[in-house]
Amino acid sequence: MSIDAAPLRQSQANKSTSFIAISGLSKTFTTLQGDRIEALIDINVAISAGSFATIVGPSGCGKSTLLRILAGLIPASAGSVEIAGQKVAGPRKDIGMVFQSSILLPWRTVLDNVMLPAEILGIPRDRARSRAQELLRMVHLEGFDNKYPQELSGGMQQRASIARALLHDPAILLMDEPFGALDAMTREQMNLELQRIWQESGKTVILVTHSIPEAVFLGDDVLVMTPRPGRLAQVLPVALPRPRGLDGMATPEFGALTREIRLLLQQKGTLD
Amino acid sequence: MAEIAAPKAAERPRNGRWRARLAARPEIILSPILLVLVLLIWEWGVRLFQVPSYMLPRVSNVLFGLYQGFAISPFSRGGYWLNGGVTLLEVLLGFIIGSSIGLILGIVISQIRILDATLRPYIVAFQCLPKVAIAPIIIMWFGYDISSKVVMVALLTFFPLLVNSMAGFHGVDLDRIELLRSLSASRWQIFWKVKFLSALPFIFAGLDIAAIFAVVGAIVGEFVGAQLGLGVQILSMNAQMDTAGSFSVCIVLAVMGLLLNSAIRGVQRRVLFWAPSETSQRAINV
Repeated sequence: MSIDAAPLRQSQANKSTSFIAISGLSKTFTTLQGDRIEALIDINVAISAGSFATIVGPSGCGKSTLLRILAGLIPASAGSVEIAGQKVAGPRKDIGMVFQSSILLPWRTVLDNVMLPAEILGIPRDRARSRAQELLRMVHLEGFDNKYPQELSGGMQQRASIARALLHDPAILLMDEPFGALDAMTREQMNLELQRIWQESGKTVILVTHSIPEAVFLGDDVLVMTPRPGRLAQVLPVALPRPRGLDGMATPEFGALTREIRLLLQQKGTLD
Repeated sequence: MAEIAAPKAAERPRNGRWRARLAARPEIILSPILLVLVLLIWEWGVRLFQVPSYMLPRVSNVLFGLYQGFAISPFSRGGYWLNGGVTLLEVLLGFIIGSSIGLILGIVISQIRILDATLRPYIVAFQCLPKVAIAPIIIMWFGYDISSKVVMVALLTFFPLLVNSMAGFHGVDLDRIELLRSLSASRWQIFWKVKFLSALPFIFAGLDIAAIFAVVGAIVGEFVGAQLGLGVQILSMNAQMDTAGSFSVCIVLAVMGLLLNSAIRGVQRRVLFWAPSETSQRAINV
């Protein structure tokens, strides 16, 4: 798969090919005092290949936990996650992760940071280098190869971390509130960029956010989650045409969707 | 300054740059002035109040003592070359041995949870013990030659590295480890690519402290029992009421510590260029 060969996708209403299948997924944590906390209860959802799913919910609804189970970082207590028919039992090589902070290593240049996955996965250096440079161009960071992360703005750092997550050409990109730490205007810009990157790369993206407009703007499907215990309240398909522009956020369709999600969360008494 | 002559055109840029530097950092001229002032007051104060030289020698006597110590044959037992060389050897050997053992143990202990939990109370307890108190025991075990002093220095430099590297490895940003785990990195890869480098500012802070402790350890060891070394020389000068000599040896020791410290800082600047300066300094007692 090359990053520039990707068809323009319309909203994915059709779920016949489920690429990621989550069934009966539950997660219970035990605290040091021996209390059991149910973080996730009986999550069932299918995500088709190449689609963009967003998970939205208030803090404490277990959305980050869900993402970490998908990444194989923590085990599920019950139920299973299958990716391309294969059960997730640990970290996988076909997943790229973007975290809330960029987690760039300060002793590495931007290029070396982006090339980190190649070192871990044993990808030949010169191949990794040319791909890293290509990805840095894609996230509009050309010319910053030899800068150190500290010299970059927050938005630029997060773009570099997206390039890093794509280096080993994973089929899936998992994003845990990637723009949560950015200011509102940078954030909108990053949403546009991410939509473009997704369309150019053809990855399946799952993005966790607590911003309802962000979830609607980016998602083919919005997975609405409610807390205590964490449940999947509803999966809302977003039938807005792509590519979506920022002014699309002012349309009645967009407003209707965000209102629907807000009502859904209010019904469950989760927004105080 | 009463009047300032207008500089010639050719001189202006150089003068201007000097003045700008001086305005930005007046300490580059103030520090030396302070030193000269203090030394002058000391010199004249001692002369004026006729302080006996065994109580407080004149600066000029101290400087003369310094000159005498170095002017003598490098192999003379009374000179600074031989004694300074012995002390320096003890410091360097002990520093290298003690800090490497401390670092390696710190790494091993912090990577194995059960070891860490079991040993921590004893490390804390031992850290509270003033290590110099066991100098007489060390001398008894290892004798009057150089080895006992090397052990003493190693013991004093061991703890800063042990404690600091343990703190450093505990303080590694968990997000960085999670990032590598998400890429299915091995324990070994996580250690070298993230943990070790993340802990490096702490390790260097430990080396900084260890460098100072190393000189302390050598001198205390020599005070308690030795045949050669600057500590021995201070004792014998004290016995002869040669206070000026003692002062001059102290200057030699200060320079030695300063050189060791700046060598470490030099390496640190190159290796830790990415870390904000003065990060995570930890205080540890002797």
